[in-house]
Amino acid sequence: MTSPKLSLGERILANVHYILIVAVFVLFVGSWELSLYLLSIPEYLIPTPRQTVVALVRGFMRGVYWWNTWVTLIESVLGFLIGSGAGLALGTLLAQFRILERVFYPYLVAFQTLPKIALAPLLILWFGFGMSSKVAIAAMVAFFPVLVNMFVGLQSADRDQVDLVRSLSGTRWQIFVKIQFPSSLPFLFAGLDVALVFSILGAIVGEFIGATHGLGALIMQLNLTLDIAGVFSVLVILAVMGVGAHVAMQAIQRRVTFWAKTETFTSL
Amino acid sequence: MAFIKIAELGKAYQTIGREPIEAIADISLEISEGEFITIVGPSGCGKSTLLKILGGLLRKSRGEVLVRGEPVDGPRRDIGMVFQNSVLLPWRTVFKNVMLPVEVLGLEPRQYITRARELLEMVGLSEFHDKYPRELSGGMQQRVSIARALIHDPSVLLMDEPFGALDAMTREHMNLELQRIWTESRKTILFITHSIPEAVFLGDRVVVLSERPAQVVEILEVKLPRPRDLDMLATEAFGGYAHRVRVRFRIKRGWE
Repeated sequence: MTSPKLSLGERILANVHYILIVAVFVLFVGSWELSLYLLSIPEYLIPTPRQTVVALVRGFMRGVYWWNTWVTLIESVLGFLIGSGAGLALGTLLAQFRILERVFYPYLVAFQTLPKIALAPLLILWFGFGMSSKVAIAAMVAFFPVLVNMFVGLQSADRDQVDLVRSLSGTRWQIFVKIQFPSSLPFLFAGLDVALVFSILGAIVGEFIGATHGLGALIMQLNLTLDIAGVFSVLVILAVMGVGAHVAMQAIQRRVTFWAKTETFTSL
Repeated sequence: MAFIKIAELGKAYQTIGREPIEAIADISLEISEGEFITIVGPSGCGKSTLLKILGGLLRKSRGEVLVRGEPVDGPRRDIGMVFQNSVLLPWRTVFKNVMLPVEVLGLEPRQYITRARELLEMVGLSEFHDKYPRELSGGMQQRVSIARALIHDPSVLLMDEPFGALDAMTREHMNLELQRIWTESRKTILFITHSIPEAVFLGDRVVVLSERPAQVVEILEVKLPRPRDLDMLATEAFGGYAHRVRVRFRIKRGWE
């Protein structure tokens, strides 16, 4: 893109929302600190921003946070990869074979409406207290948004585009590779975006229920010892993790589906 | 022997639990090689169905469709299709869109690179090689799709209201362009439209279809000299042809 040169003032004006984002953050932290002071809320209920930062730095210095963050990150990412991979594969199969869609659709709807997270205790029972049970939970919650979006995305392919390939004696495989799969990408990414955030959620919930490592387990321990500043500092890590995952996914999406209209494909 | 022969063609769509819908009642038509045939008819009369049967995308219910004496019972390699919307793939550049048929037909891409360039030049878009479809106007997009339909050098071009979505000025311009492309490439063209002036301007013969289920109402030979230009639109001869087509339309609709 070649854009005409902008003066410094114009550039600042064009990017003013970034400044405002920072300003809102500062305002938030400021009013947090101030309201604690004004309402005299005790620090064993809500810590001040400063105490949170101190707990965060101390946690990382002692190495506890590094290890636990790493564990949760691995669980989430593995779960995400397994769950979305399975969702992608099954969504594709359902979209390609009418009979599979008809047979499995009612079950999928039934399973979709079930709060998957309620199965977490069972998965702990089956897979144990280690990382594998968290990976399983993360995979389970990541699976559905990808499945549904992949299915819908493949079906969204333009009929005329499909006819175009058919009119050239194109095979089903060619229709899939050249038309349906590319058409599905904006939907797929909407699903992946949700799945990534869900998989972090799944890992944390799993760690709440039964784990010795991970940020979820850490929150439980800190909560029990009434180290509320510690809990808050872990929440900060989780927030950064979630935002990081989302931003990374968006960056990939923009590169892959640059051609798509900018309408937002909300996850179904 | 006719290059394309359509004899007593009929098409009914089967619907679940209801009577089948008759789209085409009876169409018979013989087309010689290199001819420019325009087909006019009221909206929803089954024009597109006819084209899809010729392109092998739909099965006929009755009758016969032959190209070079061979029955059409599926897609053929020597047919190029142009749809009402340009149907460009938004994730491909203009050049890659034009090359799509080469890939699908399993031809050797290297042998078609030059041809793709030439075709883009012919439709006046050589500067737009690496642009994406959304960066092009509607008229330009449709020109890309014409280049794409010609890349594998088909002998027949099936065009389904290709300029229907364009504004009047662009449309006239595209009609001139298409006439030039036809003169240069000598394809047999079947061109569907619901614009009477467009049909008369482009066609060697104008086939007027009835409302659904489609039947041939009249086949009108247009003996206007070629190349035709826009000034011809104002002549008495042109008006006479357009009037005759219009009259056939009205009779069929029972307005007179």
